[in-house]
Amino acid sequence: MVETSDIRVVRCGGSKVNLTPPIISSDSRFVLCTSGDLVKVYSTRTEEWLHSLQGHTNQVTGITLNPANHLQVYSCSVDGTVKLWDFIDGILIKTFVIGCPLFAIYVSEKHTGVLFLHVSMATDSKNECFQLVSVHLPKSAEQEVEAKEMSAVSSHISKNPSCTAFGRGGEYIAFARHLQLNVYFFRKQKTYSFSLKATDKKGAKNAFTCIACHPTDDCIATGHEDGKIRLWRNFIHKKEYTYSTQHWHHNAVNTLCFTPEGTHLLSGGIESVLVQWQYGADNRKEFLPRLGGSILHISASSDGQLFCTSHSDNKITVIESSFKVCGVIQGLVKGDAVLTDLMIDPRSKALVLNGKPGHLQFYSLLRDKHLYNLDIVQQEYIYEAGLDQFEVVKAAFDIKGSWLATVEERGKKSSDLEFFLKLWAFDERTQSFVLNTTITAAHTDRIISMCFSSSEETTMLVTAAEDSQFKAWCQGADADTQQDQNFWSCDFVGSYHKLNPTNCSFSADSSLLAVSFQEVITIWSPDTWEMLTTLCQPPGVIRDLCFGRLSCSKYLLGTTTKNLLCCWNLLTCELEWSTSVDVSKLQPDPFSENVAAFSYQSKHTDLFVFKPSEPRPLFTNKNVCSEKVHRAVFVPREEPLNSCDESTQWLNRSQLYFLTQNMDLLTFSTATEEDRMLSSSKQLVIDDSVAVTPFYLLLGKHRQQQQKLNTQSHPVSDKPQQTQGSVTIKELLHTPAHVLPAASVLCSMFVNSFLISNTGVQQDPLREEMDSEKEEEDSEEEMEACDSQQELRAQGSVDEVTPKLSKAQERELKRVRKTDFSWMAGLIDSKP
Amino acid sequence: MASFKPTKVQFLPKLGEKVTEDTLYWKNYKSPVQIKEFGAVTKIDFSPLAPHNYAVTASTRIHVYGLHSQEPIRSFTRFRDTAYGGSFRGDGKLLVAGSEEGLIRLFDICGRVALRQFTGHSKAVHVTSFLSDGFRVVSGSDDLTCRVWDVPSAVELSSITEHTDYIRALAPSKLNPDLFVTGSYDHTVKVFDMRSGSSVMTMQHGHPVECVLLYPSEALLVSTGGRYVKIWDLLKGGQELVSLKNHHKTVTCACLSSVGNKLLTGSLDRHVKVYNSSYKVVHNFDCDASILSMAVAPDDEVVAVGMTNGVLSVRHRKHKKDKETLTSRRRRGPSYRVFVKGKNFVPRQDDFLVSKPVKQYLRKYDKQLKSFEVSKALDTALQMWTRTSKPEVTVAVIIELNRRGTLKNALAGRNEESLTKILNFLLKHIFDPRFSRPLLTVGDIVLDLYRQVLHQSPVVERQLQRLMEVLGREAELQQELLQVLGILDTLFASLTPRKEVLWEEHCPMSLNNHCVSVSSVSADVCRI
Repeated sequence: MVETSDIRVVRCGGSKVNLTPPIISSDSRFVLCTSGDLVKVYSTRTEEWLHSLQGHTNQVTGITLNPANHLQVYSCSVDGTVKLWDFIDGILIKTFVIGCPLFAIYVSEKHTGVLFLHVSMATDSKNECFQLVSVHLPKSAEQEVEAKEMSAVSSHISKNPSCTAFGRGGEYIAFARHLQLNVYFFRKQKTYSFSLKATDKKGAKNAFTCIACHPTDDCIATGHEDGKIRLWRNFIHKKEYTYSTQHWHHNAVNTLCFTPEGTHLLSGGIESVLVQWQYGADNRKEFLPRLGGSILHISASSDGQLFCTSHSDNKITVIESSFKVCGVIQGLVKGDAVLTDLMIDPRSKALVLNGKPGHLQFYSLLRDKHLYNLDIVQQEYIYEAGLDQFEVVKAAFDIKGSWLATVEERGKKSSDLEFFLKLWAFDERTQSFVLNTTITAAHTDRIISMCFSSSEETTMLVTAAEDSQFKAWCQGADADTQQDQNFWSCDFVGSYHKLNPTNCSFSADSSLLAVSFQEVITIWSPDTWEMLTTLCQPPGVIRDLCFGRLSCSKYLLGTTTKNLLCCWNLLTCELEWSTSVDVSKLQPDPFSENVAAFSYQSKHTDLFVFKPSEPRPLFTNKNVCSEKVHRAVFVPREEPLNSCDESTQWLNRSQLYFLTQNMDLLTFSTATEEDRMLSSSKQLVIDDSVAVTPFYLLLGKHRQQQQKLNTQSHPVSDKPQQTQGSVTIKELLHTPAHVLPAASVLCSMFVNSFLISNTGVQQDPLREEMDSEKEEEDSEEEMEACDSQQELRAQGSVDEVTPKLSKAQERELKRVRKTDFSWMAGLIDSKP
Repeated sequence: MASFKPTKVQFLPKLGEKVTEDTLYWKNYKSPVQIKEFGAVTKIDFSPLAPHNYAVTASTRIHVYGLHSQEPIRSFTRFRDTAYGGSFRGDGKLLVAGSEEGLIRLFDICGRVALRQFTGHSKAVHVTSFLSDGFRVVSGSDDLTCRVWDVPSAVELSSITEHTDYIRALAPSKLNPDLFVTGSYDHTVKVFDMRSGSSVMTMQHGHPVECVLLYPSEALLVSTGGRYVKIWDLLKGGQELVSLKNHHKTVTCACLSSVGNKLLTGSLDRHVKVYNSSYKVVHNFDCDASILSMAVAPDDEVVAVGMTNGVLSVRHRKHKKDKETLTSRRRRGPSYRVFVKGKNFVPRQDDFLVSKPVKQYLRKYDKQLKSFEVSKALDTALQMWTRTSKPEVTVAVIIELNRRGTLKNALAGRNEESLTKILNFLLKHIFDPRFSRPLLTVGDIVLDLYRQVLHQSPVVERQLQRLMEVLGREAELQQELLQVLGILDTLFASLTPRKEVLWEEHCPMSLNNHCVSVSSVSADVCRI
């Protein structure tokens, strides 16, 4: 097969936002966090993702505000560079090449021009020796600078970045490793170290887990593995140090943070409770429980008004200083493993998989946004390490999306397995799933496979379990009570020679049910529950089973553990073909005949896409990724592509997403698709609607309009009027309905925008005063308009603005100038 | 920030009968009133007239009781030997009864002395009845004859000898004064027409017939005998419609309820079964002794059952009135208005709204669980009222504690009093299949925790003894059940595979591992 270059594997679905502590900009308007090789900028108020700082080529491992300029941010990455960004405009200012992988970055106001970085010692990666180095940033005007001036501060550094912190005004730096706390004084150039015993009689575990220094006092707070918090004082004299101990957390303290004034200490751990200790009065504390996953990082804004906690379930919570949650930024929740299949909710077309513990998450792939969590277990989650919790292990949607079946399970290790089969009905009114039936002992052993029938009329659920039975569940009338009930009950129990079933699957028209029992596939008719035939192709236990679709519906595909992919013809009940390939996942496309097979061989995964009727694969991609692929799903496209190329044709109607063992969500993208994406991104208007919400803009403009009405007698130039109107329309179309003001307010404005007075002389001076920050952007648009219309009309206002523009803005303008504004001309022409 | 999720109490359906309207209807009887008679009660008959008194034939007497009286209103005692089959005439004024010596006596309901005596039978007369014109009496006797008597002249009108064994069942037609049905120990049921003077229809019941009964439409005939109840369609020439085998001893009596014509049958196996119109058993009354006779009052007001030990058990129907008197005594709660006060207030346009967070109300044990006070939560769940009336709540808390991994902590450090509470709860509910799984874990943990100190308290030791006994019994039972299951499996294996599959649907869940865990716990108890 020819390797086609126009299909490539793309990483998608938000990566971790909880790797490093999020930082809040000094005006509390933005939250910055690392996400894969990006730095993402979110608004604290609207929780919207504004833009990302793109440029690193590997995982970003640390970000910190530039102490010299609060609008700039340093980021360091494993690719060995430190980059300086203007995060409001998303512009890369400088790149410092360090040359070795960086794992954390620290700065201090006192040490201007010096960065402190965690680097891995060059020896070998197994020992994980880390070093704290200070780097002097060279002053040069170039974009890319090599920073050579490095000096090691210490080599006794824990790999945990939260075990290092700057002390009061940057006079010293404290870092801890295992059982030793080191304080390095810059003035004396000396390191004092204090060590604790590993354990004591009471079973304390004294290893350090995190560190925080008081901003104005000589005090270091350290968190320990057993949940203790120690406050160290008087460590300037090596011998006479003291510490006091507080204990609230029952498990390791993950993070500590002092508020900027130093009045409070914040701590968090696996319990997911944010604890606020009052500094000085140690016993007074406040709690904010049940925040989500365990707390990994806490950071505070420089004015102390906002706190940010990042959680293990890929979430950032924004908390006001009054201890109220005011915002949640949720990424794709990635637990330790996805136990359910990847599924597509037929209604919302959202990707559904395991989310928070005991929840299913609905994630919109189109918008790369977390939609909502569906609580399956409905029990209080106890945050305790090593506790055996209920987990959602299986889930399935019926074809219309009106039913959802879930299996939750507890007790993987111990002998007493508990599991529940739950059926959820979609409620049109609340637009969510509502619990309909809970079946406590559906089987006597673990449910292995579960599927809904694919017919539109009757819904039927089939579960296959390790108790060597499969059961069919139906909704509806119970024969005994003669009542039309809405709940589900068992309709049929089937077994085959007491063999354990491994898989079950319905054919496309659900006239056949295939259940595989070890090496044998049995075909049943769901109408009469007769076993029609058995198909057998030793050797190897059947691992995966699926029916062909559309024109290939007479074929049944199966994979075995002995590296065999078989295709049976159901009309003749004979083996059509078989091939020796180790298929780890077989995934049929519901909208075409195609079937995707992931095969894992010698440390890399290959993908084959084929039609069951044809012996030749449609598409082959060698080395898709280096890990095994266990979950995959075809996602229907909003609008089909019309590519005629044979190798990309299979992506026309749906898109293949798959999940590797490292929990990376990957997909295939074609060249045409990327082109489309690119063109759409060009049309996007970069608007700074963060602080100035659309609501404010509209109302502000409304006020302006009123002003104009009052001064109707003044002659008004036609040009700003026009742009005004078009901007309003654009905004009307682009802002969500729920944030728009009432229609009565908008209507007059809308109509006014069409009014054009013919005499274009001068702008109202009053109006110019009224214009706020928005002016800048408006004027840009004005300029665009005037450019496209007539060059001869020289505008005073535009001339006034242009000299103020920065280089970046100029570039922006140039780009904008190239875009097509013919539609604008059309709009103007249509008016009298 | 999510709020605390309260403990989920699972309401598992009880296994067994499903609640239908029929069961509700037949359950709605008060507990029976027991009246002691002098001998086995062989016949009960309700008067068709308004106060619906009923005549009870037992030993040498016939007592007439009022519907709500426990003392006889009237009694007829002039029998030299055992009286049989006392039954009312259609107007309720006359009563006829046979006797062991072969005499048939006719009484006025107000009088004492017999108005007429019909002599002619040579052996005991077990069944007598008026024909529907009211002027003739029909009787069936052990001398194999069936005779019809004229009431005014006290002469025998005819004698038919067609049965070849004792006649023990008789039912006159209410629509035609010349028709009656007899059942005999010769396994046949015969329909006689007095106009022709011989039987017009014969049905083979297959067992000695104990009772025959005509439906009011007289299209259906019920005959009971042996363990079988058979329904015959008379309009189709005596074709058998259904044969019911729900009793495991001889069915001695049958009657129809007046509401909906439901069939009731009583048997020597001490059960009264109520069938619905499709002849499925919908309800079951249990009695203390073998049932010989039974009758239902018009409007189903009273169900009277006579038994071999001479006890007449009378069940009265519950009425709404009775309930009301009960509820009126209870203190009334706050009215609806109190609850909706202020809830339906609609703010005006210029009102400034201050929203108050909705308070989440938690149960006491939930509050304690929220603050991780596990022992206290268990104590709360084990409080008297909860553990007796809502054991599922107690079990739900136990399950929740187990899920949190703190069940051991909650059970530890208890004194004798609270330990006996737990053990009592275990003793009561450990075999409830809904609860047994978590409770067995509790038993295990209790044994582990208190192994050393158990002998210090005689109370706890006694309870453990009992627990061991019942657990041992249960383990044995389970083992037997498993054996039965094995036997059945082999039986079904010889049948078609389809049948087997259908049967397994009803197989008790997790019987196997349940049994294993039961025996393991009992073994633990034994060791101590």
